[in-house]
Order: sequence, then structure tokens, then C-alpha cells
Amino acid sequence: MGDHIESIAQASYWLVRGRDLFLFLYLLGLASFAFIVTRRLAPLLAARSDPRFDRPLVRLGRVLQYWLAQWRHPRYRFAGLLHLLVFAGFLILASRAFALLGLGISDRFASFGATGWYGSVRAYAATAVFLCMVVAAIRRLAFRPRRYPRSADSILLLGLIAILMAADGVFESSELSPPSLPANSLSWLLRAALGSMPPAILVKLHLTSYLAHSVTFFILLCYRPFGIQFHVETSLFAIYFAKLERGTVKPVAWGVPDAELDKLKSFGVKHFSDFTWKHILDFYTCADCGRCAEQCPAATVGRPLAPRDLSIRARDYVFRSYPVFGPSRDGLPVIGGLFSEDEVWSCTTCGACEAECPLLVEYIDKIVDLRRGLVDDGKIPQSLHKPLKALESRGNPFGKPEKKRADWTQGTAEIVNGASDIGTLYFVDSITSYDDRIQNIGRATARVLRAIEGTPAILGARERDSGHDVRRFGEEMLFQALRDHNSEAIRASGARRIVTADPHAFNALRHDYRDMPPVEHISQTAARAVRTGQLRWNPVESGVYAYHDPCYLGRHNGVYEDPRDVLDSIPGLRRVEMKRCRDRSFCCGGGGLALFYEPREQERMGVRRVRMAAEAGATVLVTACPFCMVNIEDAIKVAGLEGQMSAIDLAELVDRQMAN
Amino acid sequence: MEILVCVKRVPDIAENEIQIDAAGTDIEREDLVYSVNEPDNYAVEEALQMVEREGGSVTVVTVGGEDDEEVLRREMAMGVGHGVLLSDDRFGDLDGRGCATVLKAFVQKGRYDLVLTGVQAEDGCAQVGGMLAALLDYPFASLVTSIELLEGGKLKIGREIEGGSREISAIELPCVLSIQTGINEPRYVGMRGIRQVASVPIPRFGAADLAIDTEMLQARVRRVDYFVPPAGHGAEILQGSREEKVEQLVELLKTKGGLN
Repeated sequence: MGDHIESIAQASYWLVRGRDLFLFLYLLGLASFAFIVTRRLAPLLAARSDPRFDRPLVRLGRVLQYWLAQWRHPRYRFAGLLHLLVFAGFLILASRAFALLGLGISDRFASFGATGWYGSVRAYAATAVFLCMVVAAIRRLAFRPRRYPRSADSILLLGLIAILMAADGVFESSELSPPSLPANSLSWLLRAALGSMPPAILVKLHLTSYLAHSVTFFILLCYRPFGIQFHVETSLFAIYFAKLERGTVKPVAWGVPDAELDKLKSFGVKHFSDFTWKHILDFYTCADCGRCAEQCPAATVGRPLAPRDLSIRARDYVFRSYPVFGPSRDGLPVIGGLFSEDEVWSCTTCGACEAECPLLVEYIDKIVDLRRGLVDDGKIPQSLHKPLKALESRGNPFGKPEKKRADWTQGTAEIVNGASDIGTLYFVDSITSYDDRIQNIGRATARVLRAIEGTPAILGARERDSGHDVRRFGEEMLFQALRDHNSEAIRASGARRIVTADPHAFNALRHDYRDMPPVEHISQTAARAVRTGQLRWNPVESGVYAYHDPCYLGRHNGVYEDPRDVLDSIPGLRRVEMKRCRDRSFCCGGGGLALFYEPREQERMGVRRVRMAAEAGATVLVTACPFCMVNIEDAIKVAGLEGQMSAIDLAELVDRQMAN
Repeated sequence: MEILVCVKRVPDIAENEIQIDAAGTDIEREDLVYSVNEPDNYAVEEALQMVEREGGSVTVVTVGGEDDEEVLRREMAMGVGHGVLLSDDRFGDLDGRGCATVLKAFVQKGRYDLVLTGVQAEDGCAQVGGMLAALLDYPFASLVTSIELLEGGKLKIGREIEGGSREISAIELPCVLSIQTGINEPRYVGMRGIRQVASVPIPRFGAADLAIDTEMLQARVRRVDYFVPPAGHGAEILQGSREEKVEQLVELLKTKGGLN
């Protein structure tokens, strides 16, 4: 190495001029990166279509919120704070990094960001990032949270970033006549340590640290597409193209109208290339932080499913099947090869994973697509055959006769007869129509509606199951038959508005059906009646109440406040909040066909949930979903809490307490 | 291997509230939902799995009217290649022997290595399989829970015998087997599958096509009465502490043969 230190570009490294060396290095690094990324794009190009190019402003807004402002990170406070600091540091250091790289080629970059406000900001940013790497490494090694996998890879990446920061610091502090460095920054500290060294050593350090910085930069760049750090590149796109509609399920194939579905050769995901390009982008983007798995009720109770495992296993599979070098060899069947059947059926589609993921990775659509593939191949759990067959022939999973569908009413509701003009239609759905216990919720709902706006009308024998969970269990054609039947009956009824007490029906009517009159959940109707003073209360005497957010009312439809407002308006009612509430609510075990599925698990989700309620000091657990009621009442018995805790549906509570 | 599976359309016990009609000789058939006799699905699944392993094709056949095409299509949606409907005015009120006679005539029209039936019809007497074998002079095994193809035109079959034990036998082809439920897990048939076979033509054969001696179709067994058994005492509720209840339960299960 020479002893010119005025200019990196002019300096000589082992007889090679700096400029030539770095030009070669950069071109090699960039070419390698471009090659790797091109190879990574190959499976996306072979994947199914997924139109996500609409509503650019909305998408941009989400980029600002979830990418730039890191909206979801602080949900995990410490890890979130670290990530925020590192992310902000990277953004600040981006231009410094380019200027620094430029220095190897031309001296013109020398003045950029050396001093002035940017000079100090980026010096502190580098210091913060360096410290974060140290803290993160200690945390991973000594205090590893359970959600992190044990991986040498993550330590290596932390190390590379730390080296990058340190190399920049050494480079800057080893200048012979340095500008004044920001006090207590990494380079300032290094300067204090190195200041007394002989100039010859400093020159060597200066040149070596520059080389180290450049080499590390490109190693990091080219290594990222091989693991979790790929999210640095992909997250911006993953968030821009993230799904915008909550509560919906992707169609079987984008761009194929329902009437032409019969022409499709195959349904769902059976081979890897049946995933859409966005789904594969999700696999690349998952940073394996494990937040989804920690929130996932299925993973929590020991079912063979953890959302991030799906992503990471799929990602590793893409990396193996579409290698950077060598031919692509995709062909493994997805189920049996990559995922197990039990894994795919274990999901209750509660959406806790999607509500938590900082990178907006989607899971429900993938699970549903995998199930569609299984249904198409005739591979569904044996316990689901009978309910599905019954849904086909009788329109309900219990196989009860259609003519008995309105037997629950006992005069509380009227059956639509086509002659009289109806305002509000009460969509009851199967479990409320036929289950002895849940029929009580039906009658309570009807009485509450009567008190607010007059006796509700129901479709009676003409109603079929909403098909909400038929669709989510992958039986799309049966769902469509149910939907078409109900849509016609609803239109024929002349209803101007629909109310339901079943969040699954609510979600189906809102998101899976088309051109329906406005749909409301009974908790919304009741909350409005409370606000307008239409409901008057008898006070509650005793008990501590906790509200359990049903997944399809809360997370999938954003109805969190109305049920709480209703509860809080009842005089004397003492309400506590469980630790896991609102968008972190813990699924009771799942509704619809999930009631018939027999999972492998260590504990029931419902049991876990009632223990949470007990921990919060509640003696009454209020739900607003018939399936929650089934699961939670069972769970109270299983957990041995009978006599200490009871469950009541919000509609039943309103019916019990109203003085109208 | 050419396999014929005989199937039947029956009122679905899971989806109907069965009531006896005014005459007391039949059930109330209005508002009934029908489906494939459950054990027949296992026979079809077993046939499909054998053909997947050994090659050949599967045919399903039923005796009945236009409505019975529905069950043939459901089995075809599982992957069965051919469905055949044996239909004739004279097939209206057959007893087990009559049904076996019709099926025998059809079996003799083709070349089937193996004929399968469900172990019994949910509304039947478990006799057609045996009678069919006798009329054909084929060997017969009932309650089959496993099938394996051996060299030299033989099958190794497992049969369920009393008390959950299994008996393994060898049987020569062609033969008739009645398939017990639990031999496999029948595949699911979705709406999509049924729609895909909705327009596949299903050939029909009548008494004349099959050259059946209609004398043989005269029912010799006739149903004279149906009755609902009187309600029993209901469930027995065990009393005592949790430990005592568990002890009583284990004792009961032992004495009733639920535990060995």
C-alpha cells in the first residue's frame, strides 16, 4: 500500500490504483447483486397473477405508515424500538454510504457529508446503529426471546452491519488532518483512541478500513437475498402491494369470473407455482421475527402450525428450487412435501398473524388457497365430510330439515312472506337457527331489534348457511351455491337493511356477497340505540365483565368500540379488559366448520381464553358471536371454572338488562 | 384389473328425521334427503386405490330409477370411469334375491375381475353381496378391511371378526367382497367434481337387455311392518366424586365389553 492518503481513488493497494480496484469491486458487487435478484425474480414471474397495481395513493399511504413510520414495530416495545433506530439509521446513512463508495472512484465525493448538520446526524446515526447491533447481538445470544429461532445467520448479519459502521468510523477517524468530529460519536471515540498513533499506521488504517467498508458493503448486499435480511430490499414492495381489503378472501383465480370457474383445470395451490407472485414476495419478505407465531392461537395451543414457519419453509424451498446457480427444479407437491395437511387445517383464519406482522405478510389467503387444492383432490379431514354434504343438501352443517329452520323464533320474529314491505332483515345463519343453546341468542337478538325498531323479519326456510367458513375451508363452489341462493332470497325479500348477530355471517354478507343492502352487526345497532337514548337499562347488580372480541367482528371488520360502548352504558356494570383484547384478541377455537374439525393440540384455545379472562378478574365473559359462545361455554367446563365464570352473548345481556 | 362396485342410494340418516308413514310399512318419504350408502363409498375408494396401484378401471352400477343417477355421478366424481344404471319397471319392488339377480345378469355381460359391495345398505339387510356371489358361483368374503393383490390371480384379504380381531384369508379372483367401513378414508367429493361429471352419459340396461328371467324378480320376502322402538330409560347419570365416577365408568365399560 502506498502512503498517499489525500485520495482513496489515487492511493495504491498492492500496486493497484485505488480507483481501478474499487471500480472493479463495485462492478463485481453490483453485477452479482443484479444477477442474484434476477434469479430471485424468476419464480415470481412464473407464479400466478395477482392484480395489485390499483389505488396508488392508498398504497403510498400505507408505505408511509407501515414502512417509513414503522407503524407496527412498537407493538413489541424493545425489539420495535431497536428496529426503529436501525431503520432510521439506515435511511440517514444511505447517502453517506453512496458518497463513501464514490470516494473510491473520484475525489469529488470527498466533501459530501463530511461536516455540517448532515455530518453530525449521520455520525450519530452510525453510532446508534452500531450500538443497536451490539445490543441486538447480546439479546440474541444471552436473552433470546422464545420467538426467535437459534440462528448463526442473524448473528453474522448483525456482525456485518456492525463492521460496516465500525469501518466507516475507523476510516473517518484515521485521517491525518481530520475535521472536528461530533462529540461522543463512534468516530469521535475512535479518534480519541487512535489519535496518538504514528502517521504511517494511521495511513494504513485509513486505507484498510476503506477497503473493509467497501467489501463488507457488497458482501452484505449480495448476502441479503439469501436470508431474512432480504426484507431490507423487499419490504418496500411487499408493503406497497399489500392486500387492502380486510375480511375478504382472494378469488380462486384472479380475472376468472365465477361462471367460468368450471373451466379451470385445477383449484388452489397444489404446486409452488400455484402461489401468486405477491405470496412468493411475502415468503422473501418474512424476517422470521416470530411475532405472528407468538400471537397465533393455533401455535399457542400446540397445533402443528406457526405462520412464520409457512413463510420460512416456503422461502427456503424457493431458494433450493430456484437456485442462483443451476437450473430451476420446481415440482415438489406443496402438501406432503412442504406443508402437512394438519398444518393447513389447523388455522382458524382468526387473522392474529396478519394483524401483527410489521411487514404486512398475508397468511389467510394462502391457507385458503392451500385448502382449495386439498378439497379439489378430495383430501379433507373425514370429520368434515358429513357437515359439507349436509350443507350441500340441507343448507346447514347439521343436516337438519330446512322447514325447521325457523322453529327457534317462538314468535319473536316474522318470516318474510313477500307481501308486506320489510325494512330490516335479520340474517340468522345455521347455528343460531338449529343449536338449542344458541337459539337463545337468536330470540334475544330478535327481542332487542323489536325494542329498537319493531319485529324483525327472517328468511325462514329460504335462508341457507351463509357459507362463510365453507369458503374459508376451501370449498368454493359450495360456498358460491349457498351465496347465490341467499343473495336471491335476500333480494326477493325487498330488505333495505340486514342485521345479524353472527360475525361470520356479518363478514360474509359484507365481504363475500355482492350488491347486498347495508349489513350491520347487532352490537352496532344496539350501540346506536344507546347513543340515541332508545335503550333504557335496569342496572347490573353484580359480576365483573370482560368483553371477548370475536375475530370476525374485531380484527376482520374493525368493530371494537360499539360492543364496549353498549356494555359501558349499562349502569352498575363493572368491566375489565383482558390483556389480549381488540386486535390482539385470542381466538376461541374457530367458527363454522372449525367446530367439526378435530385438531391435534395440547389444549383447547377456548380453555386458554377463559383462563385469560380469569386472570383479568372477570366472572362474566361477554361474547358477540354464537361460535364463541359454543367454544367458551365448553371451555369454562373443561377448565373447571363452572360456578366461578359464566358466558353471555352481548345480545342476551342487552335483552336481559333493557327496561324497554 | 377391472373392478365393479355395486352402490345404492339411501335416505341419509344424518340428514333426515326418519318417521314411519301412516300405513306403517314404509318411512315418510316426503322431504327426504338421499345420498350414497355410506359403506359403498369405502368400496369405491378401495377400488380406486387398487386401480391406482395395479392399473385397470372401475365401474359403478346401481339398480333403480332416474333419481339414482345422482349416486352414480357422485361416485364418478370420486374418479370412477364408468357408471351404469340398471333400470326397468320390473325392477321396482325387488327383494335381496331379485336385486342380486339383476346384478348377476349385468356382471355376466362384462369381464370383471373383482366385484365389490358395501358391507350393507343403511336401509338394507346385507344380503345382496352374498347372494350375488352365490348366483355367479364366485367365492365371497364379507366385512373386508384390507385387500392386497397376490401373484397368480389371488387376493389376500383381511376380515374383521368379533371383538376387533382380524382374520387373513386368500381368495381367488374373480370374487365378490363386501367392504367394511374404515378400510380407508374415502376422498371428498366437492360441488366442482360433481359438476364436472354432470354431462357424462350413463348407459342404462333393462330386463330385456340383460336377458333376465323375470320369474326370478318376484319378491319372496315382503316388508309387513315398521315400528319405532319404545323409548328406553335414557342415559344413566353416574353419581359421586370425580374419582368415583371414573371408577364406575371404567367398570361399566369393562362389563359391557368396551374395554378389553
